[in-house]
Amino acid sequence: MKLPINKSATQLRATILSNRRVGVYHQIVLEVGELVKNIKPGNFIAISVGGETSKMVLRRAFAISRVNDRGTIELIISPQGSGSKWLCSQLEGATVDVITPLGTAFGIPTEPVTALLVGGGYGSAPLFGLAEVLKSRGCRVIMALGASTAAKIYAPLEGKRAATLLKIFTEDGSAGEAGRVTDSLADLIAEHDVRVMYSCGPMPMLEALSNIAVQSDIAHQCAVEESMACGVGICMTCVMPVKTEDGEVKNLRSCIDGPVMDGENVQWHLVGEQL
Amino acid sequence: MSFDFSTTLGGAWFPAPLFTASGCASSGKELAQFFPLREIGAVVTKSIMLKARAGRPTPRMAETPSGMLNSIGLQGPGIDAFLADDVPWLAAQGARIVVSIAGETAEEYGVLARKLRGVSGISAVEVNISCPNVENRGLVFACDPNSATEVVKNVRGIIGGDLPILAKLTPDVTNIASIASAVINAGADGIAMINTVLGMVINTDTMRPHLGGKTGGLSGPAIRPIAVRAIYQVRQAIPGVSILGMGGVASGKDAFEMILAGASGVSVGTASFGDPSAVYHIQNELREILIAKGFTSVKEAVGYAHREQS
Repeated sequence: MKLPINKSATQLRATILSNRRVGVYHQIVLEVGELVKNIKPGNFIAISVGGETSKMVLRRAFAISRVNDRGTIELIISPQGSGSKWLCSQLEGATVDVITPLGTAFGIPTEPVTALLVGGGYGSAPLFGLAEVLKSRGCRVIMALGASTAAKIYAPLEGKRAATLLKIFTEDGSAGEAGRVTDSLADLIAEHDVRVMYSCGPMPMLEALSNIAVQSDIAHQCAVEESMACGVGICMTCVMPVKTEDGEVKNLRSCIDGPVMDGENVQWHLVGEQL
Repeated sequence: MSFDFSTTLGGAWFPAPLFTASGCASSGKELAQFFPLREIGAVVTKSIMLKARAGRPTPRMAETPSGMLNSIGLQGPGIDAFLADDVPWLAAQGARIVVSIAGETAEEYGVLARKLRGVSGISAVEVNISCPNVENRGLVFACDPNSATEVVKNVRGIIGGDLPILAKLTPDVTNIASIASAVINAGADGIAMINTVLGMVINTDTMRPHLGGKTGGLSGPAIRPIAVRAIYQVRQAIPGVSILGMGGVASGKDAFEMILAGASGVSVGTASFGDPSAVYHIQNELREILIAKGFTSVKEAVGYAHREQS
């Protein structure tokens, strides 16, 4: 008999310990207590927004950036939509209804290899927690972060320490090298003998990275972001076309079979198409 | 004073009146992490079709004020895999099971009914003849009394008297009471209503329809008054008819409203997306409200809004 889905997920009211602006993003620290023990890099949190009289009926999903042993987690939020704006407007000491940990986690290599972590915009957030875990397992961590402009690069000082090498790319050249993060990755992979790539960011970037990983013959785990209504697997809105073990392409839920997926199996050209 | 929280729908008994809504609980496994499934009236499964189905392309969802549009398109594993995996699992949890079925033709409903006959652990069948996410609106059987009748007759003919049948209706018709009368005359034991309301969102950035399927079903508190109206009208037209009410229920008070309108059971759908334990909380709230209002049973409150002026 199959195990219950999301068996570590717990619903609770979490206190916002801090909420501060970092560039164009907000860094929000939540108190979740003992739950941190169950949270792995790549897992996400679903948060109820808007309060009791809100017209917003759906939960919002956010990647977990880092976990602290003292029972706190850190989120990096881009206040774009009405739900994320509401969350970013909450004061320290407020409580929010959360469910975590949800979804799949990044697989950690069994040997101390060189790993390349690629982030686009605030998609870099969950990579910092991953970098710390990889470093603690003896892996060499190379980070490549990209965004349209400098203000949209998220790269905190404490996170940078986990990376042996950090490269930044902006499309307008306002920070790091001018261009896209994907431009020179194949050379970087060859030069540093990278064995595994991890990524998080917009879908076109993940698709480009999947192609690079196939050409370079390295493993690629990407955290996808498809819009979700529930985050717990009941709404069926967040599906991605993925090649499964039996060779068939199926619509898999990015909240249950993701957000971390094998980039090679995601059928990027079929996203938004009728299967 | 003892309080009787049980209810009956089309002859099937349930220990409590709150249900999940089809398509809003997958097959139950995902919600079991948040509350014991046996504690609610029943799990209404997603609508199962004959074959595995990929569903519609993304984007499948758009949040709207106090609601959402979905265009899932009945993604699911097909009846055989469903009966092999999901039904035994739900039964092992001690949950009551209402299986929702959907076919592309009236005959297909009959084939699905044949598969269900003799399966143990099922309390009732919801015949979904009103899913809005199909290619051809002409295929929404519940928009036409003759098509609706044909489907229900097929299912009844095969199920016989073994299982109660609830016909799931859409509010997107001129006269829902006439459709309800047609399916009851065709042999349905009760009505499940309402399905989502057909709607559309246009993305003002791309300036095209937002959903992959272009149109979608509107659900959530935005449609609750439509549901209450539909339940009230059907109860008035067919006194004593069994109704499983749904449409935007998000609190015990909302569930109470549906019961007053004439529902014997209440399904919670979209509210579960915002809070996976919603069904359980709403059920507890409803119990407190019924007791506070002086009712000694759910049955006593069903249709109470129809009583004559004193």
